[in-house]
Amino acid sequence: MPHVVTGNCLGCRYTECVSVCPVECFHFDDTMNYIDPDVCIDCGGCIPACPVNAIYDSYNLPEEEMRWEAINQERSKELPVLSAPIDPLPGADEKKRELGL
Amino acid sequence: MTDKPINLPFRIAIVGSGPSGFYAAEALLRSEPPIEVDVFEKLPVPYGLVRYGVAPDHHKLKQVTRVFERIAQMEGFRLIGNVCVGEDVTVDALRQCYHAVIFANGAEREKDLGIDGECLDGSFSAREFVAWYNGHPHYRDLDIDFSHETAAVIGQGNVALDVARILLKSEAELSSTDIADYALEALSQSKVKKVHIIGRRGPVQAKFTDKELREFKTLPGCDPLVREEEFVLNAASHKELEDSTDAKLSTNLEIMQGFEFQPSSDHQKQCWFRFLQSPSRLMGENRVEALQLERCALVGEPLHQIPVPTGQLSRIDCGLVIRCIGYRAKRIPGLPYDTDKGVLRNNQGRLTKAGESLPGLYAVGWIKRGSSGTIGTNRGDSVDTVKQLLSDLPQLPEPQHSRSHILDSLTRSGLRHTSFGDWQKIDIEEVRQGQSLGKPRQKITTLPEMISVLDS
Repeated sequence: MPHVVTGNCLGCRYTECVSVCPVECFHFDDTMNYIDPDVCIDCGGCIPACPVNAIYDSYNLPEEEMRWEAINQERSKELPVLSAPIDPLPGADEKKRELGL
Repeated sequence: MTDKPINLPFRIAIVGSGPSGFYAAEALLRSEPPIEVDVFEKLPVPYGLVRYGVAPDHHKLKQVTRVFERIAQMEGFRLIGNVCVGEDVTVDALRQCYHAVIFANGAEREKDLGIDGECLDGSFSAREFVAWYNGHPHYRDLDIDFSHETAAVIGQGNVALDVARILLKSEAELSSTDIADYALEALSQSKVKKVHIIGRRGPVQAKFTDKELREFKTLPGCDPLVREEEFVLNAASHKELEDSTDAKLSTNLEIMQGFEFQPSSDHQKQCWFRFLQSPSRLMGENRVEALQLERCALVGEPLHQIPVPTGQLSRIDCGLVIRCIGYRAKRIPGLPYDTDKGVLRNNQGRLTKAGESLPGLYAVGWIKRGSSGTIGTNRGDSVDTVKQLLSDLPQLPEPQHSRSHILDSLTRSGLRHTSFGDWQKIDIEEVRQGQSLGKPRQKITTLPEMISVLDS
């Protein structure tokens, strides 16, 4: 049951998840973060750390977010690993507010 | 004052080789200028609570050791195992050989309930029980009696869930894990059928995580149960649930709403999740025979509710009580201790006395912030302390002795210290022994056996 980053991260890319990940399984591009499911050890530490509730245990993944499982798998393999937190994307706080969080 | 020669590497001692120690080592080894790191470990083998705390049936979590293996291969890293700081070598001796010392030795004592009978035979702390089933050499000889069919587990966090799960799983389920051989043997004879997980707070306030809670729905041969009268939410708890942005609260509640009020049959094992009950006394002549509970009510504003005893008493007849209510750090002579928090007194990881930083002394992990968080919490936490250390480093005095001084004096005293290469030999041997048993590893649980693998 790997963990999955979903749509709420898109346009935010907060990296609180990165600072609590014990195994450096987060990768990133200009839009969001992705979890490498082959590296994640399912500790679950990133779920409460995410300010926009973007991360799910795949067991709890809502129906409408299922597609993110394959996207995380694919994109994480192509992108650089994120070993330390970076600034969120411009507009992240606005999006967070829009999400009611 | 003269400038330090720049070609001289700084050297740092880390006390403890659990997650926080390894992540502190990583942060130091990744920094510029080059830093040498010696990690002291009291056991011959590394990894602290990853080896001796994480439950044996949570094998995937233990794969974090792959990261530690990578850190151990970094230039400048050394493990010095089988050496107890405070006994085999003093903190002062370390300070004479290193620019700074980072304490990463966790919370080695437990918090107490402070109730009568807490020390009766049959009453154990989670620290003892968890170390026992995980094969810790200092705890392998604990005499734990599983002959009574009821056990009480006190606490409302994931440690309580680990303990309850291990008590309730069958031999077949545990035999494919890296549980200690003697623990598997003892548990296979266990008569424990009913486990009560007891806490003073309600279902909304319990600190379980949903993943761990959900495992109880799929435990073969075991019913997860709640009591109707304890599974009620007051207005403030409803408000906490509604206002929370943390999805975990409602997920946890949904999982527990799926638990039953009545056992499905007499043949099933039972795991009772008990709420609003404060353990008030352990009763028994020479050993635990019963636990007295006092009903609580939650009083106060949402998020600030406290459990208040109501005077309504009940008792659970049981032969085993395991207290999972948190840990505190051990006092280290000469170092400042914060009694309230059970940690070394510190400011962002710098040890402090009377508000002043003590130069060259730092803390990371549970000994810095208390026993909370996941393994990864320690990564950010160690990085934070190392940042403070690196900014202090140019001002720290050059140690009197060289890096080899400590090892030379340990060797002269006849102490067989271990290296990371030694651990790798033990690791290979444990995995080899596990293979024929269908286990990921068969842990070696005595110090002489560990050493004999190295010297054979």
